Amino acid sequence: MLSSLYRAAARIRALFASRAFDQDLSSEIESHISLRTEDHLRRGVPPEEAERLARVEFGSVSQLREAHREIRGVPFVDTLLQDLRYALRLSRQNPGFTLFAVLIIGLGIGASSTVFSIVNSLLIRPLPFRDATRLVWISNLADDGISEWNTQVDNFLDLRAKNTSFSDLTGYFGHFEPGDTKLTEGGLTHRLSGLRVSQNFFPFLAVQPLLGRNFTGEECKPNGPGAALLSYGFWRRYYASDPTIVGRQITLNDQPVTIVGVAPSSFDFGTVFAPGNHIDVFLPMPLSEETNRWGNTLSIIGRLKPGITLPRARTELKILAARMQRLHPERQTFRPVLTSLDEHVTGHVRRPVIVLAWAVAIVMLTVCANIANLQLARSLGRQKEIAVRVAIGAGRRRLIRQMLTEGMVLSLCGAVFGLLLAFLVVRLLAGLTAFKLPLLSTVRMDPACLAFSLSLALISGLLFGLAPALQISLASVHDKLKDTTRSATGTRHHLWLRNTLVVSEIVLACVLLSGAGLLIRSFINVLQLNLGFQPERAAAFHIDHNYSSLEEKTKFCDRVLERVRTLPGIRAAALTDNLPLVGDRSWDIAAKGKLYQRGHYPEGFIRLVSDGYIRAMGIPLRAGREFTPRDTSTSEPVALVNETAARTLWPGQDPIGQLVIAEGGQHPARRVVGVVADVRHRSLEQGSGCELYIPLPQRDENTPLYLVVRTALPPAALAFSIRTALRPIAPGLSTDEFRTMQQVVDAAVSPRRFIVLLLSGFSAFALVLAALGIYAVISYSINQRQIELGIRMALGATVRELQGDVLLQALKLASLGMLMGGIAAWSVSRALASLLFGVTSTDPLTFFATVLVLTSIALVAAYLPAVRISKIEPQAALRGS
Amino acid sequence: MPESKSEILQGTLDLMVLQTLEAMGPQHGYRIARRIEQISEDALQVNQGTIYLCLVRLLQKKWIKAEWGTSENNRKARFYSITNAGRKQLAAEAENWQRVSGAISRLLALSGQR
Repeated sequence: MLSSLYRAAARIRALFASRAFDQDLSSEIESHISLRTEDHLRRGVPPEEAERLARVEFGSVSQLREAHREIRGVPFVDTLLQDLRYALRLSRQNPGFTLFAVLIIGLGIGASSTVFSIVNSLLIRPLPFRDATRLVWISNLADDGISEWNTQVDNFLDLRAKNTSFSDLTGYFGHFEPGDTKLTEGGLTHRLSGLRVSQNFFPFLAVQPLLGRNFTGEECKPNGPGAALLSYGFWRRYYASDPTIVGRQITLNDQPVTIVGVAPSSFDFGTVFAPGNHIDVFLPMPLSEETNRWGNTLSIIGRLKPGITLPRARTELKILAARMQRLHPERQTFRPVLTSLDEHVTGHVRRPVIVLAWAVAIVMLTVCANIANLQLARSLGRQKEIAVRVAIGAGRRRLIRQMLTEGMVLSLCGAVFGLLLAFLVVRLLAGLTAFKLPLLSTVRMDPACLAFSLSLALISGLLFGLAPALQISLASVHDKLKDTTRSATGTRHHLWLRNTLVVSEIVLACVLLSGAGLLIRSFINVLQLNLGFQPERAAAFHIDHNYSSLEEKTKFCDRVLERVRTLPGIRAAALTDNLPLVGDRSWDIAAKGKLYQRGHYPEGFIRLVSDGYIRAMGIPLRAGREFTPRDTSTSEPVALVNETAARTLWPGQDPIGQLVIAEGGQHPARRVVGVVADVRHRSLEQGSGCELYIPLPQRDENTPLYLVVRTALPPAALAFSIRTALRPIAPGLSTDEFRTMQQVVDAAVSPRRFIVLLLSGFSAFALVLAALGIYAVISYSINQRQIELGIRMALGATVRELQGDVLLQALKLASLGMLMGGIAAWSVSRALASLLFGVTSTDPLTFFATVLVLTSIALVAAYLPAVRISKIEPQAALRGS
Repeated sequence: MPESKSEILQGTLDLMVLQTLEAMGPQHGYRIARRIEQISEDALQVNQGTIYLCLVRLLQKKWIKAEWGTSENNRKARFYSITNAGRKQLAAEAENWQRVSGAISRLLALSGQR
């Protein structure tokens, strides 16, 4: 056993020292023969005969050498090395082709690897938590039956105590917002994004702090000692990874707080739970009387007990919730909706990502078809070389292996380039924060990704090495050794194979192009949506205020507006508690005097706004008036409603002057003074629902404040002057809290933009490949038909006629491809339906545009080589030179 | 004369080389070939080059080892010697050979009786 192991090892070693072994053998043979010769001489053989005899007795040296090589090495690898050397020599001879092929393959493999890394992160790899498959997202179905709410603290506590399906539940404060936490240090103020979590949040997800510890029970009590856990990113960015940070006192929201720990780098809350956002500090969320009064605030995650299925947990929670509702009618409604956490995080991007995966597969197929086509063209030029090799004894299998090796060399070189590309793109992707895609920051090139790229390279190398290899089996040596250039029409089946490849390229391009077309049209439709407000030339600032009473807050707001409105270039300025597409909250609303069943109140999205807000946002006022400085805490309570609310609350009546109840029965009803247009505030694709605007001075509530300005100049130009103007009254206004409304809209369309960008890139690439394919085939067929064309020219055909002929040939290929591609695209476009907006999956305009683009590309690709026909000299062509 | 020479059985050559090295100590390729020729009294046909194929195989299995030295006519030559593993192998092979050849002789004797 041991000896065969030794032998295998020795064989492999021999591969690398072949030359040394050969030399050793040679010197052994030499001394053997000289010794033998001497022996013969000693026995009286004549000198001229002695050496000859010795050599005869020894046998064939070259045969021995071959046999020796075979025994000591690994014959398969030996030939492989030979093939490799040959392939490399060949690629050096034709650097243009090699470079081009490697580039195309590299782009294909780069794109595939990138998409695979996305698929891997978003769909394949489990979420970065322990036993992530058992985690369940528990939300609260809103009154409208569609949207989801958070859950009230008491409901959470009850649920946690009484359920039997979950080993534990945890929660975090769901209404966090970027910049909602204030850090004061050395007289400077920084806006941080803070997240309040229940005490068991980190242990629940099995997240071990990198430094320090988790929150203690004491810290999670109301008015307990202030504690904060830093996120890894914030710790690194702001505290330069200071290892002694734990225990430091800082001032958060004007309260002394101790830093108790740092979260590990593997825990990125934003990328999982709030794509596009990042969290800087984690704070304890007391589950108390006080937080219970805040209403539906908790986002809940549960961990299923082993053996408990999701449907069973669903049933149990439904029963529990109904019982809780009966026992505690004073609480907010709770209708639990359970989804696996996985589904909650990535469910909505699953479809787009799958579409991307298919698209990139199509691109890769096109790449293979293209390279196969080029290889075929090249093998044609090599027919004689191949025939010679067959004639001097190369077996067919050996030649096919040679071709495959050449394909592999190309594809592996391409893979190296592609992987470099993918590494760069993936790094870029993971750093993109503008895209609101979950888990984007976890996208990376991992071993699985490398393995995928490598197998892709091998398979594709096999595919396009196979095409010319098949050609060899078809070729007969004899014909090839004779001169073939005199045949007038060229090899039939050869052309057939190449045409098939080109047609399939067009089919694939057609599918991609129409899919991309549909998505681009949807994207344009989304961009052209009437948002209900005008994002152009508008910007928003998050503003700090020390709120102690409504009166003081109102005074502060007035001073802010007063200062900003007098700045040059400001057309309008106003304050609001929430920006569209950024934050939301909804209450039950009711028309006064109407009876509603419990749980069937219309849901109204509430905004507290200052006077001038409607104008500053550019929301059309449909009827009545907007808020004025005269709407104060002492004047009559008023409200603005949007058109949907007007229709819902007072169908067929004039809403102006009606009374609306929004803040529960104990508050006075508000008089509707105006109707404004619907604003798409939840997402671009979603309608707005009922909206209700309340004057800021008329509601005593501590809310965030955003300053909205409409400017004559690009808003960025005014950021500085606004900050300067506000410094005396709001010193904490920091730069990063400025964003244009266009940025807000862009962030909202970013997932759509992401897929449209990638898909357009892919289809452009496929289109270029298809064009190249057509170009190559036409140009080849013109070369082949030189004689035929020459004869026809001699017989009086004009260049134009002949060119028309060639173009027609291209058009035939293109139409066949488009016909098949159209059918294919039509049948797969239904899979896109859920991603489309404002177009049907069989949108005729898109299909028409696809056909138009492909036809013109095909004609251009065919016309370029067709120009050469005019250069054909009939005389020369007929001579066959 | 050629008819009286026998083709060498595969694997037999290994045994012969090992035995030669065991009996005579370190030898270079030509001496080994010569020795086998002499012992077998030219009854076995050994294409002299073949010995080197056998030697490389045995080397790879670490049954013999090789050192460069100088031959009696002052030429560079490789001297092969048997290793401990080779001795073990030789003992096993020899025993096996005895058994097989004994069995075959008995079998041949049996058919002679009929």
